[in-house]
Formats: sequence, structure tokens, C-alpha cells
Amino acid sequence: MIPASFDYVRPSSLDEALETLHDQGEEAKVLAGGQSLLPLLRLRLAYPGTLVDLGRVEELRGVADRGDHVLIGAMTTHYDVVTSPIVREHCPLVALATATVADPAVRHRGTLGGSLAHADPAGDLPAVARALDMEFVARSAGGERVIPAADFFLDYLETALDPGEILTGIRVPKLGPGWGFHYEKFHRTAQAWAIVGVAAAVRRSNGAIEEARVALTNMGATPVRATGVEESVRGAELGANGALRAAASRADEDTEPPADLHARPDYRRHLARVLTHRALLAAAGTG
Amino acid sequence: MPRISVTVDGIRYDEEVEPRLLLVHLLRDRLGKTGTPIGCDTSNCGACTVLLDGRSVKSCSVLAVQADGGDVVTIEGLATGGTWHPMQKAFHEEHALQCGYCTPGMIMAAIDLLHDDPDPSEEAVREGLEGNLCRCTGYCTIVRAVRRGAREMSQEMPREGMATP
Repeated sequence: MIPASFDYVRPSSLDEALETLHDQGEEAKVLAGGQSLLPLLRLRLAYPGTLVDLGRVEELRGVADRGDHVLIGAMTTHYDVVTSPIVREHCPLVALATATVADPAVRHRGTLGGSLAHADPAGDLPAVARALDMEFVARSAGGERVIPAADFFLDYLETALDPGEILTGIRVPKLGPGWGFHYEKFHRTAQAWAIVGVAAAVRRSNGAIEEARVALTNMGATPVRATGVEESVRGAELGANGALRAAASRADEDTEPPADLHARPDYRRHLARVLTHRALLAAAGTG
Repeated sequence: MPRISVTVDGIRYDEEVEPRLLLVHLLRDRLGKTGTPIGCDTSNCGACTVLLDGRSVKSCSVLAVQADGGDVVTIEGLATGGTWHPMQKAFHEEHALQCGYCTPGMIMAAIDLLHDDPDPSEEAVREGLEGNLCRCTGYCTIVRAVRRGAREMSQEMPREGMATP
């Protein structure tokens, strides 16, 4: 399949990119790594008037340790995220989940910012963003603002970014010592989206779980925090499999899982409970 | 139309391209590099895998304009002076193909894998090639071939044999 015609602009700085976006208005679409957008263009599910390719905006790439958080440039590829020593040390859940995104060739091109701004609830990284309370740094001609993950994902493929805004970086808070992490995904093949995924972070202290953060992939139009699980699992002893299972049984509370070719909503609910139990066990280090 | 300059298999090409032209179409239709097949057209199968600036990419999911200034290596650029690349030879010797349609992509993905892991375990090969589908059910021999190719590359052609740059 061949995409419909579009104009192509390749700015070499963020300011130039913002100017182009401002001039083009809603006809323009930002191209990051293209691993979600190009398939959509090929299938003609998207037909922007102009593509603004951020591929040469070097200032948007890279990982920096900023004390209480790690700043990941929006155009940092999945491969560079997974292999970054800073990410591996301070945000292991990001590294773990990113390593499961599609396959190596896609991870060479696809970017963290691109997959978050694409906001596919079946993508792996939006749920990780919710679990870790990442913050999204967005720039427009008018200035910069920071959007919390809880306010970023509005609907299916829809974010809080304005048409004239570019996601420049993602702040990942450092959680400190005592945390264990896991990303559990159920999917058919490497390239297939998660039917359901679970991002879990668990803080362990004195043989018990003191705090947990759990978020779900593909259990609604946006990634969701499983707050019921988080509440229930607090105080559970690490070896108490039954307590973790009971907490995980609340995983599908307040979710509206989609129905599609791969799963009905009730099956997704079942998967959410089972995978959350596995994710909690693994994050607690007892799986 | 944008003008781009791309090096493919060691030769530099200057081309005027429509922005919507995919890299795989540039390779096949403009440059005659039909060794790179189009499989699924949905970035699932990996048949069109090439190296772009040394790393594997699915050339159906890259615009030709994005490759401007880049260095592309296709399956056709692996052999030197009529001698097959060790990975090509290993695929031949291990009978790692039946219909052969996935083979160019498999070989390019395998060579990319060896950048990070020059002596991959069976599991590492299976994970490294997870983006490449074979529909003749030939994975066992493919895995054997990649491990054989890896051994031969480390013996015969230390590092620089691994396709440019």
C-alpha cells in the first residue's frame, strides 16, 4: 500500500519545528520514529497535509539524570532507552517494558515520545507512564508546560497535546530503594499489540508490600491505574500468595475493556486479574 | 520534490523522490534492488529488513526521505567479490530456507543481532529474530544457521565483516 500524498518538512531545530507546526495548523502531523504513523499512512487511515519530521532535531534525543527524575528526550529510540545505563539503573520498569515493544527493527526506529503521543491504549508504554506518574514536557510557540500522566491520555489515540504543541521530553520520577518491577504482557506475536498488559511496581519493606503502583494496558480507551489492587495489596506479606491473588482479583474494577478480534471484554477482565497476580508476584520478587 | 542522497550497498545515489515513497520502493523500483522483498506490507513480517546506518529497520516502515544522508545495506550488498557473506553461506549449508522469501530479512536481522551479541544462544537468536516470520516452518534450521554464521564470522572476519560501516 502506498500512502496518500503529503508535504514533508524536516526541521533541524525545535524552534523551527514549532514554527512549521504553528504555520500549518491542524493539517500538520508530527513524525517521530514512524513505527505507528507509517503503517497508518500506508493503510490510509491517516492522511495529513504535511508531515513534520523530527528525525533531525537532535536536542530531542538522549537521556539525562536530573536528580529526582530521569529526563528522556521524546525522540530517544526504544533501543536507546533499553540500553541506557541511566534508565536501567533508575527506571528499570521503563527498560523492562520497552524491551517488549514489537521487535528489534521497530525498536531501532520507534521512539518513547512517539509511542506516548500516539496514545494507543494497547501500546505498552502508556500504562508504564501511568504506573510511574511520568510527566510530559510539551512545548509550543507560546512556551512550555508540564502535563502529568494522569491528565495526558484523554481518549483512544487522543492526548492533551494541542495541535501546535510538541512533546519534547518525558520526566520519569526515581522511585528510590526497595522497589521491584515487572511488566506482564499477553500477546500473540512480537508485533501484535498486547491483548492485555500489566505494569507493576511494588515497594517492599520488612517482608511486606508497603506500596504498589499498577496500571493496565488495553483495558479501556486510555491506560488505567488499578487503584483497587493498589489499595488491597498494601500490607500484604511477600510470601502471601493468596493475599496477592485477592488483590489482583480487583484488577478489572472500573475498566471498560474493548471487544475485538482477539478477545471479548470478559476474557480481557479475566486476563487482567491473572496477569496482575503474576505481575505482583514478579515485582515482589516472589514469582 | 525533495532531493535525497543515499548510499546503498556502497554506491551513492542522488534521487528526487515523492515524500510518500517508502524506502523499500526506492530500493526495489528505483534502484533495482529486488533482493529485498515486500512481504506483508504491514510491518509484521520483516522480509524487507535492511540495515540503515548499521541497524536493522523494516524498509516498508521508513520513508525514503528519512533515509536521506544514510547508509543502507541490503542482502545484495553482503557478498564481496563473488564470495558469499558467512551468514549467507551458513543459511545455505544449514538448509535454512525453503521458499526463500523471508531469507533476505532473516539474514539482515541476524547480522544486526550479532552487533550486540556476537555469540548468541538459541534463545537469543529466537528473540533477536522475533520480528521476522517464516511461513515454511523453518525456524529450527534458521536458528542453527545464525549460530553457525556467528561462529564463522568471529573466526573468519573479525568485526569488520559485519556489513558496513
